[in-house]
Amino acid sequence: MNSQGNKRPWDRQQPGKSPSLSGYRVALAGNPNTGKSTLFNALTGMRQHTGNWPGKTVLHAEGRYLHNGETYTVIDLPGTYSLFSNSADEEVARDHIVFDQPDVTVVVLDATALERNLNLALQVLEMSDHVVLCVNLMDEAKRKGIQINSGKLSDKLGVPVIKTAAREGEGLEELKQVIARMAQGKITTRPYRLRYDEKLETKIAELEPEVRRVFGNRLPSRWIALRLLDGDAGLAKALRNRLGKEEVDQSGTTDGSPYPVEA
Amino acid sequence: MHTEIPLSEAAVGQSVRITRLDLTGTMRRRLLDLGFVPGAEVYVLQKSPLGDPVAFRVSHTTIALRKEESSRIFGEVKGGNKL
Repeated sequence: MNSQGNKRPWDRQQPGKSPSLSGYRVALAGNPNTGKSTLFNALTGMRQHTGNWPGKTVLHAEGRYLHNGETYTVIDLPGTYSLFSNSADEEVARDHIVFDQPDVTVVVLDATALERNLNLALQVLEMSDHVVLCVNLMDEAKRKGIQINSGKLSDKLGVPVIKTAAREGEGLEELKQVIARMAQGKITTRPYRLRYDEKLETKIAELEPEVRRVFGNRLPSRWIALRLLDGDAGLAKALRNRLGKEEVDQSGTTDGSPYPVEA
Repeated sequence: MHTEIPLSEAAVGQSVRITRLDLTGTMRRRLLDLGFVPGAEVYVLQKSPLGDPVAFRVSHTTIALRKEESSRIFGEVKGGNKL
């Protein structure tokens, strides 16, 4: 049962799955208390429990919605401040974004605490090209006199930025439209990637081709190189497990991008 | 004037600008993620009845730390309310 040569790299992760049959997959990432679960419920019409205690979000809560005849499966990832620290929650969220590669990853941000929230956003931007930033809790921000220039934010970060107040249902239609266009490959992004100091960049440049040789373009090679340089043992283990499970595509280097960008 | 003190020695009501973290590995990473980064301003909110942990306000969020960690985060007291 070898893979067929003309299969696109992302197909092998979801055998037998194509967007038109089972819809697109949308992951919600975000810090705790950004209204992520409220947004999830608002999008899917579900009544998943929302409440304020750590670890509330069960791993991989899933829901669906229809938009212009297409089905979107929404995965509510656990709320985390980061995707580095190797708590179970962070690992679940990280693995989903990097390995399962949803068609769109929406990072939900608290409009009243952008500085804190952008930490996670920058991390996700390093992991994926298909990212939408959703600045939520705009109702609260307005009450506090906080204004968000989403156009400027979008320019700087290279991905769409949508303002929402999920509790009031504000901005949801716009969010769904942007998600749809991105899932269908109609939005080209240029996610902001941090440039590190020269020493680190040199090492990344050395390691990245190696990563690509092993994993092809299926996984975000720069991000993996960075994590390995950081001594992320948890990720190294996850990668090793993956290598064990799947047949390594030795010709991977000539494959296209893992992200189905429209030609 | 610019004396460095561990966060654990700041008094309630004081603000401290973080200069460095004497921590490594996962705990360092975690604290950085929570906003305890060099340059960040930390306000000491309140101490628990037994004095540990202590609640700090950093980047619009309240976070409680035990002495174990807060004694290894260093900064300068702001506002000149220091003798």
